[in-house]
Amino acid sequence: MHGFANPKRFLTIARPLTPALLVLGSLLLCASLTYGLFVAPAERLQGETVRILFVHVPAAWLGMAGWSVIAMASIAEIVWRHPLAAIAGRAAAVPGALFTAICLATGSLWGRPAWGTWWEWDGRLTSMLVLLFLYFGYIALAGATAREGVSSRISAIFGIVGVINVPVIHYSVLWWYSIHQPPSLSMGKSAMAPEFLWPLLAATLGFSLIFSAVVLMRMRALLADAQAEARLRRKALDSDRGSAQGDW
Amino acid sequence: MSEEATSHPLKKAKHQRLALVVVAVIVLVAAALIATWALRNQASFFYVPSEIVSDPPPAGQAVRLGGMVEAGSLVTKPDGVTIDFVVGDGDARVPVEYKGIVPDLFQEGSGVVAEGRMLANGTFRADTLLAKHDENYIPRELQDMTAAQKQAAIEETTK
Repeated sequence: MHGFANPKRFLTIARPLTPALLVLGSLLLCASLTYGLFVAPAERLQGETVRILFVHVPAAWLGMAGWSVIAMASIAEIVWRHPLAAIAGRAAAVPGALFTAICLATGSLWGRPAWGTWWEWDGRLTSMLVLLFLYFGYIALAGATAREGVSSRISAIFGIVGVINVPVIHYSVLWWYSIHQPPSLSMGKSAMAPEFLWPLLAATLGFSLIFSAVVLMRMRALLADAQAEARLRRKALDSDRGSAQGDW
Repeated sequence: MSEEATSHPLKKAKHQRLALVVVAVIVLVAAALIATWALRNQASFFYVPSEIVSDPPPAGQAVRLGGMVEAGSLVTKPDGVTIDFVVGDGDARVPVEYKGIVPDLFQEGSGVVAEGRMLANGTFRADTLLAKHDENYIPRELQDMTAAQKQAAIEETTK
């Protein structure tokens, strides 16, 4: 694990891994969404709107997984002080926020025909909206306090504190009476017919691979940013020294 | 050799930070659990019939009532848009009246959330009905099967 924390070693792994994840994820996603959107049967009560499931559930999972990545990276940054951990947290924030927004939008589109409402201030819906705002806060904080591409300790603390919301989202439908249905999948039990279950699992895996590829790409971009900034600073320092000597 | 000497204080600082983070996370989780515990009634989206029956809200106060539409209880009035039904949770039952268009998923034996108020006679008058979907996802084809086939398929899925 410590070996991969070396930026150079990270790059030798991330460079070939990024396109591999991207291609594999895209293939999986194309297949599962084609099946889910065009072949899968209509649901008994929801009818055709059940197809939203194949985007909504992976998006919800990645919205929560994204913050879990931020929290783990934040702990690694605070304890081991490794710049790569800080970069990983920042890299996961934007795709995590995007998937959270997709989850909220698709959920709203599904809720109108299924429940009869676009939005309700329900425990599940509200905690997911809070997650989106936490992402916005983290992105703003990490961006404002970053030095040479490395995020500050304050955003790492924010990342750890914010992770409290992730189990709240998960348990909101179990702790409180909610308009949202309880999870259909839990620990080897499925309340979902296989016609829906398998494309859902495949789409979730496909979205997750693409998410990982995007995080790796963003990590490389942030690393390159940091290197470019360091190089510019060195150059400016050198030319300062050069001109000072000339004046002398 | 010299690395040995310098790595000890660094390692100690690392352990201290690790301990600090672990303690902070424990405190955070405890705080969150206490907060959600305190919220447990207030954060619910609706009351279930047994709560309404055992501790009725004042007549006229806006509340949400959620539960199952009891099978066989749905009656459409002669005007065609007013319906009566009973919401139950297995323990208690509350009669509900509603005038308006019902959501697609609203049906007997299915979940419902009604927004409205209790009347003095113990009936709940709903202004808005929301349907609640359960966690079961079952293909529509099952509707064309015989009752026994359907049951077998559903049991296959939900066991």
